[in-house]
Amino acid sequence: MHFAICDFLLDLIQNSVEADAKTITVCVAEERGLLEASVADDGKGMDEEELERAKDPFYTDGRKHARRKVGLGIPFLLQSLELAGGSSSFESRKGEGTTLSFSFPADGLDTPPLGDLPGLILSAMCFDGDYELIVRRRNVFRAVEYEISRSEIIETVGPLTDAGALVAVREFLASQEAS
Amino acid sequence: MAKMTLEQLRTLREEKKGEMIKRDVEGKNIQIIVGMGTCGIAAGAKQTFDEIVKAIDENSLNADVIIRQTGCMGLCHVEPTVEIVMPGMPATIYGRVDAPTARELVVRHVVGKTLVENHIYDRPAVDIVKK
Repeated sequence: MHFAICDFLLDLIQNSVEADAKTITVCVAEERGLLEASVADDGKGMDEEELERAKDPFYTDGRKHARRKVGLGIPFLLQSLELAGGSSSFESRKGEGTTLSFSFPADGLDTPPLGDLPGLILSAMCFDGDYELIVRRRNVFRAVEYEISRSEIIETVGPLTDAGALVAVREFLASQEAS
Repeated sequence: MAKMTLEQLRTLREEKKGEMIKRDVEGKNIQIIVGMGTCGIAAGAKQTFDEIVKAIDENSLNADVIIRQTGCMGLCHVEPTVEIVMPGMPATIYGRVDAPTARELVVRHVVGKTLVENHIYDRPAVDIVKK
């Protein structure tokens, strides 16, 4: 099981990358007693039946590891939402993309901690491939609001396979959370 | 900490490049790959990734090392997993790589060219290997 909300998000983003998404949009907002997040992609998408089966921990499409019988990313999130009294809305269209949105009660006893958001954004930008990642972040209580795209970061520091670039970007991302 | 602009990020990046010292390693072809599937994330692969980035930077190996992330490598039972491919060493998959072990891999495997024992795994989990 994942520890923090950022871990759930990274898992969903990794799914989007594996679904050949060209653009992935991630929103994380804290407001009105809710912690809301979403991951939207224009990847290969799922039909209604596939989307329903993706909620089953003992289902995977089997394309990556032919003999594997589990797929835990989405089921972990649903389990955690159920425990904490959160809600979710999943939409997907075959060939068009997938949008997964969820929210946790901000003060719920079973709501996972948000986790390391700068670390999440950095990791989410570091998968192989030529995809765009847009992160929209808002925290009304700390007056934090920013939008970052993977393309502008790469344009500024060069390839994200270089440790020097990663260290600099991490510092940049951490500074965005300053109120 | 004040909010940085992209221009300030560019300046910071240039400063980092200036600090780089090229070590005596063959070429820029050391690859470190961290497994970041559901299994890796649940086991703390993000912390492993962070520690590798820090250790590479602190050891001034930036010019030689490429750091990458991938999905599940099929070793879910020993996550977090890290694969290191470099000249002069066998391509090796390490498992159970927590943050201290990640640092040890950089210092001993990448710099010292010595295998780090008790963390070497070269086969996927039994449920995805043909019997």
